[in-house]
Amino acid sequence: MTLYFLDFVLFAIGIYALVAKRHIVKKILGVAIMEYSVNLFLILIGFKKAGVAPILTKDMDLVTFIKTAVDPLPQALVLTSIVIGLGTLALMVSIAIRLYERYGTFDMHEINRLRG
Amino acid sequence: MDVRLPLFVVTPIFGAIIILLVGKWDKKIFPRVWSIITMAFLLLLIFLTWNKGTLLHFMGGWEPPYGIVLVEDSLSLLILLIINVVGFLSIVFSYSYILRYEDYLRFFSMFLLMIAGMNGVAIAGDLFNLYVFLEIASIASYALVGYGVGPEELEASFKYLILGVLASTLILFGIAIIYAATGSVSMADVARFLINNPGNRAVLLASGFFLMGFSLKAGLVPFHAWLPDAHPAAPAPISAMLSGVLIKVLGIYAMIRVFYHVIGITPMVSQIFIGMGGLSMVVGALMGFGQDDMKRLFAFSSISQMGYVMIGIGLGTPLGIFGALFHLLNHAGYKSLLFLSSGAIERETRTRKLSELGGLREKMPVTSAASVVGSLSISGVPPFNGFWSKLIILLAAFQSRNFLVAGIVVFTAFLTLTYYLRFQKNAIFGSVSEKVKGAHEAPIPMVMPLVIFAIFCLLIGVFNHTIISGIIIPAGQILLDRAGYIMSVLGGV
Amino acid sequence: MDKHTGMTPIVKMITEVLCGLMLVFGAFIVLYGHITPGGGFPGGVMIALVYILITLAYGRVIVERKVSGIIASVVDDIGALIFWSVGMIGLFVGGSYLFNFLGKGSPFHILSAGTIIINNIAITLKVGMCLYAIFLALAILQRVVIDEPKEEEE
Repeated sequence: MTLYFLDFVLFAIGIYALVAKRHIVKKILGVAIMEYSVNLFLILIGFKKAGVAPILTKDMDLVTFIKTAVDPLPQALVLTSIVIGLGTLALMVSIAIRLYERYGTFDMHEINRLRG
Repeated sequence: MDVRLPLFVVTPIFGAIIILLVGKWDKKIFPRVWSIITMAFLLLLIFLTWNKGTLLHFMGGWEPPYGIVLVEDSLSLLILLIINVVGFLSIVFSYSYILRYEDYLRFFSMFLLMIAGMNGVAIAGDLFNLYVFLEIASIASYALVGYGVGPEELEASFKYLILGVLASTLILFGIAIIYAATGSVSMADVARFLINNPGNRAVLLASGFFLMGFSLKAGLVPFHAWLPDAHPAAPAPISAMLSGVLIKVLGIYAMIRVFYHVIGITPMVSQIFIGMGGLSMVVGALMGFGQDDMKRLFAFSSISQMGYVMIGIGLGTPLGIFGALFHLLNHAGYKSLLFLSSGAIERETRTRKLSELGGLREKMPVTSAASVVGSLSISGVPPFNGFWSKLIILLAAFQSRNFLVAGIVVFTAFLTLTYYLRFQKNAIFGSVSEKVKGAHEAPIPMVMPLVIFAIFCLLIGVFNHTIISGIIIPAGQILLDRAGYIMSVLGGV
Repeated sequence: MDKHTGMTPIVKMITEVLCGLMLVFGAFIVLYGHITPGGGFPGGVMIALVYILITLAYGRVIVERKVSGIIASVVDDIGALIFWSVGMIGLFVGGSYLFNFLGKGSPFHILSAGTIIINNIAITLKVGMCLYAIFLALAILQRVVIDEPKEEEE
């Protein structure tokens, strides 16, 4: 339970960095922290202490298999979400570089031609 | 088991890849022609799967609830129809519009990726694939919003990106919690589990995450900061796609699919829907008043019109749902028309400011006529389609004795009429201004989609009964019938 | 001229030794991805890292002479096309997208698990070249932006 709680704290730190920080790179880091906290959460769901790989072999009965095998689905989900996070991050960084070239600053408060 | 369903997703993806590949040799003609062919093929595919009941496809031959399943029911069909018709006409419009940019390849490639993602959202049968397709469509749209790479475009794109990523992460967190609570991500399986085991507290937390995430994607009022910036910054066909399709599919459709079919609607969530809808309607309409930028005005009116849809859905009665879905269809028609016409006007006059426009009626007669039709539709003038859906939502509000909501609906309709009259008076009618003097009618590929959209607006308005009984009511019935959805996906499993 | 670009000889020497090993290990991760932990994505990342390491150590010019951004982008597209084709063949043969139309073989052998190994290789091409292209794009983006005129709209 502590682990889940700490994971929520990590998520909150990510949101804080995303919302409250003015520096673009810090905002990007916030996004990364937030994404990884969700990935961590997914991994925690599938985690079992001293678990085994979820492959059902012939010399293993179903009851012990269910008790000891880790859940493989969250791992697949995490892999997919990491790839998606990579794509988003690359796009974000490239937009940040271009923004710097246009405005000459990384401060989000000075990049304010639009009113929102 | 239907072999045609994956084609909705993989054909545009193939188009996106092949455009990048062949585009190394032919940069100008091939991307434009191939994307039109792809969209025409998708329209043919919709025609082939029209009204065949609920179609299923098991990816890789793995059956639900363990495998990935694609579902096309009447609700998906309505959404697919909106996506692909608007997408096709926007791509035809882009054929000439794209000439103002240098790079054609990535525009059409990302456009097709966005279509693929949205088609995927419409037919996804499990929550995680919903998220993946949602991200494909979102990432393509972030890049497309910043396509002009000017300072304002980049700023809008970055703002949209930050809030969009926040929304996606919240949605993923919701999915993770749902998985932890139920042990499945298949929508039908989760729904069956939640019906058999009610009163799960974790689902409440997940509902909160979903509500925030999808509202951010839909641009409803407490979460609307990105929308009025992103819409004007994007190229006109992309604004049409964003406002006409993207916020509906990624926001509204995903939200109603998750809340009605997977989690199950509760009175509290309905109240939140109505609250956000009412707020969006009034705030969007009031903000629309002071705008000088034509596309900003349309963007705020999009927020306001999405409020109507949310109110219809939040009322929860069959009449409300039918009105909401009908309004979804109508709004896709006239808002895309308005954004495309603003693109044509901007191309000819080099300005979007209402104060600098005037007398377009004389210089660009067809565009102006189409734009007038769009404005009349969105303001709810009787022969056109907007009137009927607003009327149905109003009747639904009266029927369920929500008189305050009914009052807000009428009030917003008046506001909408007022600011669209202002738009008409400043831009289309009046004396010819300095900037408009050199304008001519836009080329045929740009005018044709406008005319087709205008004809749609009129025809849907005149033959509203046929449309409602043919498309809207089956879709609404699917939405209301949670047990039927579970049965049709899982069968007897 | 090549001797004077990039980092110090120590870094270049270590890179020279490491690159082959990394490439082989990446290929191993890909080809055994269906029976041991690994697969197209981790293997592709390793292969991309080889190119990125050479770029960092020797400078961009040397690498771009071998694998330019355009080649990376073409290989990237080809990888995606292979994956698409495997899925479509499955659709025509077995009636469902990504249907496993090859024989499944016996477990724990290299030629088993049907189409997974082809898909792994396709993903490797896609991921490896895509990451390398992203790296190149981010590295040269600054130069491109400076070359452009500041206000090119209208």
